[in-house]
Amino acid sequence: MTRRRIRHTFYVAPALALIALFVYYPIVENVRLSLFKFSVFRPGMRYVGLENYRQAFQDPVFWHALLNNVCYAVTSVVFQVGAALVLAAVLEELIGRRLRGVLRAVYFIPAAVSMTVAGLLFQFLYQPDAGLVNSALDAVGLGGLRHDWLGDTATSIWGVINMSQWQSFGYTTMLLTVAIQRIPRELYEAATVDGAGRIRTFFHVTVPMVREMTTLLIILTVSGAFLVFNEVMVMTGGGPANSSQVLGTWLYASAFTGDDMGYAAAIGTVIFLITFAAGALQLLHSRRKAVAA
Amino acid sequence: MTLTLGRPARTAPAPARPGTRRPARFGPVAARVLAYGALAALAVAVIYPLCWMALAGLKSNGEIFSDPWGLPADPRWSTYADAWHQGVLGYLLNSVLVTSASVLAVVLVSAWAAYGLTRLDIPCSQPALLLVLGAMMLSPTVALVPLSQLLQALGIYDTYWALIVLYTAFKVPFTTFLIRAYLLGQPVEVEEAAFIDGASRWQTFWRVVVPMARPILASAAVLQALFAWNEYAFALVFITDDRLKTLPVGLADMAGRLNSNWPVLFAGLTIAALPMIVIFLIGQRHFVRGLAAGMGK
Repeated sequence: MTRRRIRHTFYVAPALALIALFVYYPIVENVRLSLFKFSVFRPGMRYVGLENYRQAFQDPVFWHALLNNVCYAVTSVVFQVGAALVLAAVLEELIGRRLRGVLRAVYFIPAAVSMTVAGLLFQFLYQPDAGLVNSALDAVGLGGLRHDWLGDTATSIWGVINMSQWQSFGYTTMLLTVAIQRIPRELYEAATVDGAGRIRTFFHVTVPMVREMTTLLIILTVSGAFLVFNEVMVMTGGGPANSSQVLGTWLYASAFTGDDMGYAAAIGTVIFLITFAAGALQLLHSRRKAVAA
Repeated sequence: MTLTLGRPARTAPAPARPGTRRPARFGPVAARVLAYGALAALAVAVIYPLCWMALAGLKSNGEIFSDPWGLPADPRWSTYADAWHQGVLGYLLNSVLVTSASVLAVVLVSAWAAYGLTRLDIPCSQPALLLVLGAMMLSPTVALVPLSQLLQALGIYDTYWALIVLYTAFKVPFTTFLIRAYLLGQPVEVEEAAFIDGASRWQTFWRVVVPMARPILASAAVLQALFAWNEYAFALVFITDDRLKTLPVGLADMAGRLNSNWPVLFAGLTIAALPMIVIFLIGQRHFVRGLAAGMGK
């Protein structure tokens, strides 16, 4: 009896071992390391208590990076949840089945392309002289708006955010479509019988019926926005003058360029707390759903 | 409502709902034309940069700057071969290796765990389940500093193992969750019958559970492939040997190295982008099902 139960644990053991060693342990260790000052090149660690956190709160780049993450989160929620929901509803409503499938696949394709590919491509599109963005502006007579998009501290982060909307909205549109397809047709018929127009139907049937999915997507999008790394690293490296720095890249720069490992760990803990809060919300959300079901 | 996305149409398109076609007013028709136009424009805006990238790989450097919108006057296919030899081949092989190993590992480990957690009587199953699912909330990039120390201590820093192990460990929680949800919805009778007929647990798992769960295993594999193929932060920090670099980091390096030989870079980017686009177009069905399942119905 107990022998068998012990044998059964071997099915779960590899998963638990991997998770414990590579997911849980590093998070705990990261909190511990954030209380020290240390370097890769010199041996020894100096305990400094909460000094690294105080350093973060007094570091203008840290605050700017956090602000950039917030801009990222807000923009992504607007486009990848709001606009994507409208798009998914319009697709369901307007178009023949075959064309609808093609359009959805087209919108999704950038999500299948690696962020590095997309980043390097857009880096060129934003080029001040030959880039397509500027030459398109010229072509439609808006040449006055020509700009060195990634090279200007005022616009660099927006260049990156814009690329990432291009890349990801098709993914959320796909998910929202799945949610919309699960809405019983009768509700739409009832709305029509009651004389509701398209826009009213959208707000009174579609939006409430996919609330589960939108809540989940908002949580995922927000926590994703605080983990942004790759696209910033590839497109601007956080520059110029740290203007496009986000928490993830500032952590990287502090650790592997600035060699301030303890400080980097402290930034890691801050990111962890923010994304953990988002994750906890998600868990609560799915728990409530499970109870309701 | 069943999930019909991406599958061939089984039924004729639904007739327009009564009332959606209002008696002739100018508005709705114009609105419809406007909507179609907007959808088409969006599709072009989305896909154009990618087509442009593939074409730019056939141009000369001068052409890209003097005539960015034009078609290549004299397509140079050799640029693609150039890109291939500039290291793209090596990065591609590394990506294929790391991705396939982690796909295999994550599906196996998660399927075992999901089976153990749904079908078997194990000690402390509740805490174990919580431990697995809780790990979904922890995100990879946060712990770069301790992970680099850990990998060094384990002696796998700067080897393929670093990436394979991390890609597996960080996706086991989600993949287990996915497979577990699927198994919970499946009847246990066949498994019990096999077990009673004398199959061991192990045999039952391989001969009954794995074939039965094939659709969700395929979805999990596709999602993992997408993740591992595109992952950047770990690949950047934990691999320094140029021969071991995967596509995302390798391409970024190549961009720096080529020093504005744009056609070769665009050819390289196109080569890197194609496999996943093709896999997506072939496996759309599993893809969407995986996404939908992952979101919790």
